Amino acid sequence: MNIVVLVKQVPDSGSERGLSADDKTVDRGSANNVINEMDEYAIEEALKIQEAHGGEVTVLTVGPQQAAESIRKALSMGPDKAMHVVDDALHGSCALATSKVLAAAIGRLSPDLVISGAESTDGRVQVIPHMIAERLGIAALTGARKLVVDGATLTVERQTDEGYEVVTAATPAVVSVWDTINEPRYPSFKGIMAAKKKPVETLSLADLGIAADEVGLSGASSAVVEAGKRPPRQGGTKVTDEGDGGVKLVEFLASEKFV
Amino acid sequence: MLPTEEAHDLLELVRQIADRELAPRVADFEARGEFPRELLRVLGRAGLLGLPYPTEHGGGGQPYEVYLQVLEELATRWLAVAEGVSVHTLACYPVATHGTDEQRKRLLPDMLGGELLGAYCLSEPSGGSDPASMSTRARRDGDGYLINGTKSWITHAGHADFYNVFCRTGEAGPHGISCLLAHAGTPGLAPQARERTMGLRSSPVAQVVFDDARVPADRLMGDEGTGFRIAMQALDAGRLGIAACAVGLAQAALDYATDYAREREQFGRRIVDFQGLGFLLADMATAVSAARALVLSAARLKDAGLPYRVEAAKAKLFATDAAMRVTTDAVQVLGGYGYVADHPVERYMREAKVLQIVEGTNQIQRLVISRDLATG
Ligand SMILES: Cc1cc2nc3c(=O)[nH]c(=O)nc-3n(C[C@H](O)[C@H](O)[C@H](O)COP(=O)(O)OP(=O)(O)OC[C@H]3O[C@@H](n4cnc5c(N)ncnc54)[C@H](O)[C@@H]3O)c2cc1C
Repeated sequence: MNIVVLVKQVPDSGSERGLSADDKTVDRGSANNVINEMDEYAIEEALKIQEAHGGEVTVLTVGPQQAAESIRKALSMGPDKAMHVVDDALHGSCALATSKVLAAAIGRLSPDLVISGAESTDGRVQVIPHMIAERLGIAALTGARKLVVDGATLTVERQTDEGYEVVTAATPAVVSVWDTINEPRYPSFKGIMAAKKKPVETLSLADLGIAADEVGLSGASSAVVEAGKRPPRQGGTKVTDEGDGGVKLVEFLASEKFV
Repeated sequence: MLPTEEAHDLLELVRQIADRELAPRVADFEARGEFPRELLRVLGRAGLLGLPYPTEHGGGGQPYEVYLQVLEELATRWLAVAEGVSVHTLACYPVATHGTDEQRKRLLPDMLGGELLGAYCLSEPSGGSDPASMSTRARRDGDGYLINGTKSWITHAGHADFYNVFCRTGEAGPHGISCLLAHAGTPGLAPQARERTMGLRSSPVAQVVFDDARVPADRLMGDEGTGFRIAMQALDAGRLGIAACAVGLAQAALDYATDYAREREQFGRRIVDFQGLGFLLADMATAVSAARALVLSAARLKDAGLPYRVEAAKAKLFATDAAMRVTTDAVQVLGGYGYVADHPVERYMREAKVLQIVEGTNQIQRLVISRDLATG
């Protein structure tokens, strides 16, 4: 089973993040950039399937030059090769445009299975897997907490607020995963060394037959009009128990719409 | 300072694993005295249980200069784990450097592969400083040896998969000693109850009793009678590992004490701003840097293939004495808070002590150095 794993480089969610002052896109210059956390689970899932069923695992990234670093990191966990779509015109692309580029790249690789994280920690729109599936005309099994491969049949436990749904589809398909699905491995020292020698194919928009004005800030279907700093944290409310502590607590919870 | 890009990548990986897997667990495991066997497997799978050995046998092909910095990094988070890696690496030394080509091919890939753990059996109840007088014996019996005797203070006893056993096969004194590599499952090889140690409680230490324990002759390392030389050479390298562990431990104590001294206020000022305390921290910091420099300079001699025994003894002596002083002073910096288990510095202080004792007490290191001075 040949698998493509989508890997995005994002600013580390554990550190200070912001938008660029000039065009209100995610500021990647001053941030500590890492592999989107959920994508590590996608890589792990792909490697586990490969270990059980054979085939090849390819990492696919659409992103600026510096994302090459995250591609190497992803490869050090074990995938065989990578494809990196990099083009200045991509800067500021919306989810729709990004899905177009990803779908075109996936089309070239024609995998049996595409696995992605359920969301990225910068955009958090959660729509890319669905959009790709729609563009490719294949099934989308999203938000998986479990994935079973049986021949050409995929069965997924789809995580919901209430529990989970069991959904199945035939390959090829797109599966997006939550961090409940597995425990990603650490790369090994040997894996790090081997990753330096693994092939990374770099493609431009032109290579994929996509015009520059279909993507980027100018071609975006949505725009960030305004952005402000998150309001500072409010000081907490102190409830002093004078015999009516319980009532006051419930009143507080009700006022915050918790009960 | 690291010599290569791959060494940088390695240290980054080590930091990531140490932060995520070791740092959050050390206090609990130490309090319970539980051996983190599974965590050592995590390190093994990452390739950290064979770093200074050749890649052709499954090792990491790293110079000591790099391997020791890995140990230091691990020791800043969890000394017992770093010491475990060091002991395992020591236990691979006899095969790696004195085994035949055939033995290396047959044995090393598994030993360095990450799933197995080794132990090194030299000390005996009657003496650790003078191993040339050991009494554990092995006698030839058909195509193997039968070992009888008791080894003491064996790190990883009861958990190790293989045991290097130094035992007498011939005359009294150093020339009658040989090195055998025993499987953990060998009938007659019996680890005893764990010692109740002052510190390093997550590292199991116990006697190992050998009662007609049979080891095939193809697991004799080097020739009969060369075991003592093998043991001493292995310890030269092992002492550098202990010294690197000491640097890491001292660094951890220094960092903790420094952070505390910048927060804590008395008489309306941060205590770090009192010269009496600031100078104490300055001496601690200087000791750590000096110890690290000494360890790395001995390592570079080894990496260059030059004699390094005496420099390794100096590094072990200085770094472990420095760790004892620095960890003791770290307790002082925290005052009463340093004396209770809510902060890690009392544990650091208990842990530092063992480093002055293992792999040759610091008196024995002085013996090595002074003998060299005496003979010129
Ligand atoms: C936690 C722990 C783990 C250990 N792990 C291992 C292991 O995995 N494998 C192993 O083989 N051993 C191990 N050891 C044993 C350790 O190496 C010995 O304890 C050490 O070598 C000292 O031996 P001893 O305890 O018999 O002390 P002794 O040799 O009896 O020494 C007692 C005192 O006399 C001093 N002394 C001895 N001879 C001289 C001299 N010539 N000049 C001046 N002073 C001298 C010593 O420095 C010491 O202060 C471990 C010990 C501990 C505590």
